[in-house]
Amino acid sequence: MGAKIVSNNGKKTLPGVHVPHHKNTNDSVPQVMPVPDKVYISLHMHMGAPCEPLVKKGDYVKVGQLIGSSQAFMSARTHSSVSGTVEAITTMTTSIGNTDQVVVIATDGKQEVSEEVQPPVVTNYQEFLDALKCSGLVGLGGAGFPAHVKFNLKDLNAVDTLVINAAECEPYITTDLRTMLDKSDMLMKGIKAVQNFMDIHKVYIGIEDNKQDAIEKLRKETENDSTIEIVALKAMYPKGAEKVIAYETCGRVIKEGQLPFQAGVIISNVTSMAFIGEYLTNGMPLITKTLTIDGSAIKEPKNVVAPIGATFKDIVDFCGGFTEEPAKVLMGGPMMGTPLYDISYPLVKNNNAMLAFTKADVPHWEETACIRCGRCVRACPMGLMPSLIETAFKMKDTDELKALKVNLCIECGCCSYVCPAKRQLVVTNKLSKRLIAPKK
Amino acid sequence: MSNKLIVSASPHVRDNATTSTIMRDVLIALTPALIAATIIFGFRALLLTAVCIASCVLFEYAAERILGRTNTISDLSAAVTGMILAFNLPVQFPLWMAIIGSFFAIVVVKQLFGGIGNNFANPAIAARIFLLLSFSQPMTTWLQVENGRAIEGVFGATPLALISTGNTANLPSIMEMFLGVRGGSMGETCALALIIGGIYLIYRKVITITIPLSFIGGVLVLSFLFGVNPVYELLGGGLLLGAFFMATDYTTSPITEKGKLIFGLGCALITMVIRVFGSYPEGVSYSILLMNIITPHINRMVRNKAFGGVQQ
Repeated sequence: MGAKIVSNNGKKTLPGVHVPHHKNTNDSVPQVMPVPDKVYISLHMHMGAPCEPLVKKGDYVKVGQLIGSSQAFMSARTHSSVSGTVEAITTMTTSIGNTDQVVVIATDGKQEVSEEVQPPVVTNYQEFLDALKCSGLVGLGGAGFPAHVKFNLKDLNAVDTLVINAAECEPYITTDLRTMLDKSDMLMKGIKAVQNFMDIHKVYIGIEDNKQDAIEKLRKETENDSTIEIVALKAMYPKGAEKVIAYETCGRVIKEGQLPFQAGVIISNVTSMAFIGEYLTNGMPLITKTLTIDGSAIKEPKNVVAPIGATFKDIVDFCGGFTEEPAKVLMGGPMMGTPLYDISYPLVKNNNAMLAFTKADVPHWEETACIRCGRCVRACPMGLMPSLIETAFKMKDTDELKALKVNLCIECGCCSYVCPAKRQLVVTNKLSKRLIAPKK
Repeated sequence: MSNKLIVSASPHVRDNATTSTIMRDVLIALTPALIAATIIFGFRALLLTAVCIASCVLFEYAAERILGRTNTISDLSAAVTGMILAFNLPVQFPLWMAIIGSFFAIVVVKQLFGGIGNNFANPAIAARIFLLLSFSQPMTTWLQVENGRAIEGVFGATPLALISTGNTANLPSIMEMFLGVRGGSMGETCALALIIGGIYLIYRKVITITIPLSFIGGVLVLSFLFGVNPVYELLGGGLLLGAFFMATDYTTSPITEKGKLIFGLGCALITMVIRVFGSYPEGVSYSILLMNIITPHINRMVRNKAFGGVQQ
């Protein structure tokens, strides 16, 4: 351990909550799982228009081969994660909750790499954007925003700062930590590419201070680079929220209705940045995903590198299966993750964890009357007043909801987490946002 | 197994605190003062507290039964009301009158206005004022405390009453007042015990320091301005009990810290105006009641600014 790390450069932080970290898999170097017999690759693993299939039943496909794309600007390409034969193109429900077209591939186990996979030649900004498009990269933090859209700016002068989100504030998940520890060379390569092609002068990497080894490692590696600053963030949920990390690393406030670039910053997840470095090196598109498999119902919790399209069941089997039948299975962390109906869903690009809990760890909380303790108000990172929002929602008072700025809610769950009456405040916020949204 | 997985809205983990754990913390924080009261005023302090708690819980149960509401006695809020009400009474106060006070607190002030979280005033304070107006004589008759113990059958005055009648020769010493060996309501006298309880509440994050600090600080500053002895204003009445345990009642105090600051300063001002200019020596409960009533307006006017929010 080196010198004491000062969090947030000693500045005051936005509110939040202290959730037990449960980072059980900190030391688990991601293990590559064997290729399953069949993969189910969704053609809609991103925000925007779904892809159209480019292969048909009976086609032989190889690893990294393009199997789906769309004419729409807001979309991301889909590649095969395996070599094998296309068995069907069908529709099924995925963990995003959509029912989408899925390419079912029976694998042959050879993992033959496609000739299409070539390191891209990138010498300028346009070629960099083209490379991002060809890579099929989407925001790996969870939103699934296509990368070539995020990095596509009309005016490069509008943005001077790159903020790299390595907070990983959700409990349990450790994949971003592993990226920093295992792939820091690729991370630096990705950062340098963005700096060069987009003329970015300052880079901040925000890391929660419960990841001291990552902070020290990256500080050492960037010692001689004054353009990159590693910012230790107080380990308090939700430091990894976009608006929070922009403020706590470089003091930028992304105002109501603004996108990050309007505040002069681009914000990107750390694993996405490392992927850019890898893609520029070997040209292999986004076909695998590292995810944390943990929770009380998992026999051997660990980090797994899984091919896109593998089912959660296959992945759990690689982790020794379940200790007992799980009562709840989450895609993502316990604060914002989505519960799964079924573990036969296939892995999509923006999954970064699967947590399974036994019945004993899935308590039922009875809602009681609000006692107006104000804990939700003190916990809200956005400075909102959830208890008043709840009252206004019950009255269907849209003017009051607008005045209370419920539209700024980031749905992080802090209010519900701290509520002693166990009220479903986030749900009320979501419904309130719907209530005041402009009618389409 | 596809139909067996539980699906619910996020977050999937919650903090351990519940309404009952918060109320339990308040009961724990009140315990030092109860012990002090029992030592100073004798066994009857315990009896009076037990009667108040039992009657409050019983009225809560009965009222909810009759009104067809969910039974909430397990959240311990009625027990807290009972304990605080007892602390606000003279130790030899007739038990049947205390039970009427419990009825007023729980049934009239709390349940008829919608139960926990919906009452417009602190039930214990409203009941104390109701009893003071209904049974003025027994509510203002204090046992004389000498040599650390209350004397059965001998009546005296509270320090604030002595000051307001100009009888400053018989005032207890500052140390006596700090330890609580002086005349007054049974739970308000021991400053030491109340401060320990208050610190516990702040440490456990049950309350924030804003209201006690602004209330007590405001009283001290106003004492200087009005030219009265600040130490006696601090220790001689119900200020510490009020500032730590009654003004901080969630439902009837503002939600934001800025609102709490206004609330505490308002309590201090009203308390000192009553004490210095009014005909009644004590003003803590009236001040809290009046500030309770304007709390909804404070909540409406003093709000947090949303992070990055733009005024339309």
